[in-house]
Amino acid sequence: MTASDAKKNFYIKVKRQDGPGKNPYYQTFELPYKPNLNIISCLQAIASNPVTIDGKHVAPVVWDCNCLEEVCGACTMVMGGKVGQSCSTLVDELMERDGTGSKANPITLEPMSKFPVIRDLFVDRASMFNNLKDIKGWVPIDGTHHLGGGPKETQEEQDLRYALSRCMTCGCCLEACPQFSLEGNFVGAQVFGQTLYFNMHETGATLKDDRLNVMQEAGGISDCGNAQNCVEVCPKELPLVEAIAKIGRQTTVHSVKQFFTGKK
Amino acid sequence: MSQQQPRVIVVGGGLAGLAATIKVAEAGVPVDLFSMVPVKRSHSVCAQGGINACNEVARQQGYSEWIHMDETLYGGDFLQHQAPVYEMTHWAPKIIDLLDRMGVPFNRTAEGQRDLRLFGGSLFKRTHFTGASTGQQLLYGLDEQVRRHEAEGKVNKYEFWEFLWPIIDDNGECKGIIAQDMRTMEIKPFLADAVVMCTGGNGMVFGKSTMSVICTGGAAARCYQAGAWFGNPEFIQVHPTAIPGEDKCRLMSESARGEGGRVWVPRKKGDTRPPLEIPEEERMYFLEEKYPAYGNLVPRDIATREIFFICEEGYGVGGGRMVYLDVSHLPQGTKDKLKAILEIYEKFTGDDPTEVPMKIFPAVHYSMGGLYTIFSEEEKEPVPGDGEKAIGMKYGDPSNMMTNIPGLFAFGEVNYQYHGGTRLGANALLNCIFDGLFCGPSLVNYAKTARKTPASEVPQAVIDKYVAQEKAKCDALINSKGSANPYDIWRRLGDEMTAAATVVRTEERMVQALETVKKLREEYKDVCLSDTGMWTNQNLSFTRALNDMLIYAEAILVPAIARKESRGSHYRPDFPERVDDPFQKTSIVKFVDGQPELSYEDVATPMVPPRARTYGKTS
Repeated sequence: MTASDAKKNFYIKVKRQDGPGKNPYYQTFELPYKPNLNIISCLQAIASNPVTIDGKHVAPVVWDCNCLEEVCGACTMVMGGKVGQSCSTLVDELMERDGTGSKANPITLEPMSKFPVIRDLFVDRASMFNNLKDIKGWVPIDGTHHLGGGPKETQEEQDLRYALSRCMTCGCCLEACPQFSLEGNFVGAQVFGQTLYFNMHETGATLKDDRLNVMQEAGGISDCGNAQNCVEVCPKELPLVEAIAKIGRQTTVHSVKQFFTGKK
Repeated sequence: MSQQQPRVIVVGGGLAGLAATIKVAEAGVPVDLFSMVPVKRSHSVCAQGGINACNEVARQQGYSEWIHMDETLYGGDFLQHQAPVYEMTHWAPKIIDLLDRMGVPFNRTAEGQRDLRLFGGSLFKRTHFTGASTGQQLLYGLDEQVRRHEAEGKVNKYEFWEFLWPIIDDNGECKGIIAQDMRTMEIKPFLADAVVMCTGGNGMVFGKSTMSVICTGGAAARCYQAGAWFGNPEFIQVHPTAIPGEDKCRLMSESARGEGGRVWVPRKKGDTRPPLEIPEEERMYFLEEKYPAYGNLVPRDIATREIFFICEEGYGVGGGRMVYLDVSHLPQGTKDKLKAILEIYEKFTGDDPTEVPMKIFPAVHYSMGGLYTIFSEEEKEPVPGDGEKAIGMKYGDPSNMMTNIPGLFAFGEVNYQYHGGTRLGANALLNCIFDGLFCGPSLVNYAKTARKTPASEVPQAVIDKYVAQEKAKCDALINSKGSANPYDIWRRLGDEMTAAATVVRTEERMVQALETVKKLREEYKDVCLSDTGMWTNQNLSFTRALNDMLIYAEAILVPAIARKESRGSHYRPDFPERVDDPFQKTSIVKFVDGQPELSYEDVATPMVPPRARTYGKTS
């Protein structure tokens, strides 16, 4: 089915789960076609009239969203088998890409599989924020008193730090990673990108050893299989391969230093 | 629920909330931080263009904090109290330095200095930026510092918790909040010696806006219903350049114009040629023609009206309601600085704005008005560039940015201060962070010493009363057997408010809108939920906020009808001039017997006397 065939209605199949530990099930909804519709608009339409194709009145689909302009990271889900933000994913795009949208072959919406489901498409990504605590993801300033500006930096350094600073903790990189799992302890590309980000800053680098200690642990950088799926799916095109390589090198140097100095 | 040590509750984890949290935690007072979303996903993340502050380059060309203040007051059409604006603009350079120390990746010059861009309402480059996603980077910078305090045990985050109501004791002091876990739906009281609302704007009242979905104004409207006053709620900013969409209007930053982007329409009405086929001389750069000094960087309300009217006259793209915003002529380096917004445009429309002019139209963007607050003035020693008389705010005074309810404060966009009739671009990030940093110590001092009684002495019966009130509201919605669809009511509210109370406001149309909102409030009584469960019920949360949006809408319309003048964003074709006597006044709106009650308060202009706001218009 292509966008041009779908002048009238199209179909969306949503994976539902009433709560943690409940069995998932699917429901299909029929929606009127309009050009340039994004997936969020479809979910809004379902919310205002939650009736399945079988005519059954059901509870509206629960999903996580906020900004709707692909900068808050909230509305990440798996659409047509691929992870992305449901605000910036267009129905037309999915129809063209997958040939879906018909009653027989609807567009599928599923929650990310690497995070615990809270309800329907809404998952719990607290672990991503907690990992930022573990790596001391901050610049340890002396306090908020007036002490002048920060260190100078070149535009070249800023380019890389800015690129890394656009990570919106959305989880795409983790969903696509073959090494990352719900049960395992691998931290994944998000953490490597952020570790590099803080290690690059002059004041941030004072905590570099603490961060690299975390990178040395089980689930750290050595567990990365270099599949590079992360960089493929990152909506903000973060230089994650570069981050993984740099953090790998920093961790190696850190280990060698530790070996010779005996310091942790 | 006994507690001895003072505590502070911060509601909202955007820039204002995070900045306040940092200041309070740093002072050694524990903070409970509530947010409907993980704070890193707050709406501040959407701010794009930058943050204003006087800087050395501008200073050596004649700029000063005083001029920044003057621009802000002129932009706001002199409706603001001047002392807070003085203080904010004079703190601005220090705020940039602090953010720089926190590691915010500000763009750099070749030498490695912080780079600057031009922004609306100024003839000086004084806007600091990180690409075209400055709000995101500033929010993350503060989020990181809060995470550090959290790791050290000074901050407790309550993410995915919704503020429901302030706890107000028998002395009339705010002593905490009632909140609901949006996952488990548990309703709980939380006590504190000071509570600050940092809950942002109310764009959802207008249906589609540039705001995030949590920006319902619900939290502010609940405080209003609990007795807090609104200040100037009729002042709503409509941003000139947004991408109209089915679900929302996406912001296209003023930085596109700050970096040299030009707004134009074909000179020939209804011209159907693709934009690249329209030669230069057949394009009408109407902002540059009408405002030679400021050009495309006139304040937002002016640009918005010009775009709106040119489309009304039939000059819009293809005769429709769109104009071109063109950055295709800019050098690659400049386009790179705008990457974050240009890629968003391409993702949502399929057109590459580096090649083809963007099609944009105005959309509701910011609430200048909000919760009414007070502050403590202090005479200052004038600094170079200042006028003779310098009046700022008294640092640490426990009354700074407190609402009329003692112990309940309002920081950031929800605070009605600073912007008056219109906010200048790149002053919002400044205002939010300034409130948190400058007034954070006021929360601490209030909580420690100024409050009448400690939160631990609030009688259990008072707490139970509020818990019962909120549980009853939930139960009533869950058990409603009505037939009205909340999403349908919301859509009609948004359509009506957008038609009646945005770019052009007439008495007749607004009176009609007020009638419509009254009807919608009646219909709401018959509202019906489609989800009646008690696990992660978003339907309940939305429907409850819908009532607050309806109440907020009335509080916008009543003072807008009564303000028979044009000032800043409030444009009345039936009263096209600014009328200082009697409208050089703050509109104060109180919730009395379920209805808005309007009164006025004088606004003194001790430093900058009001002048005509023309921006050098030629015709």
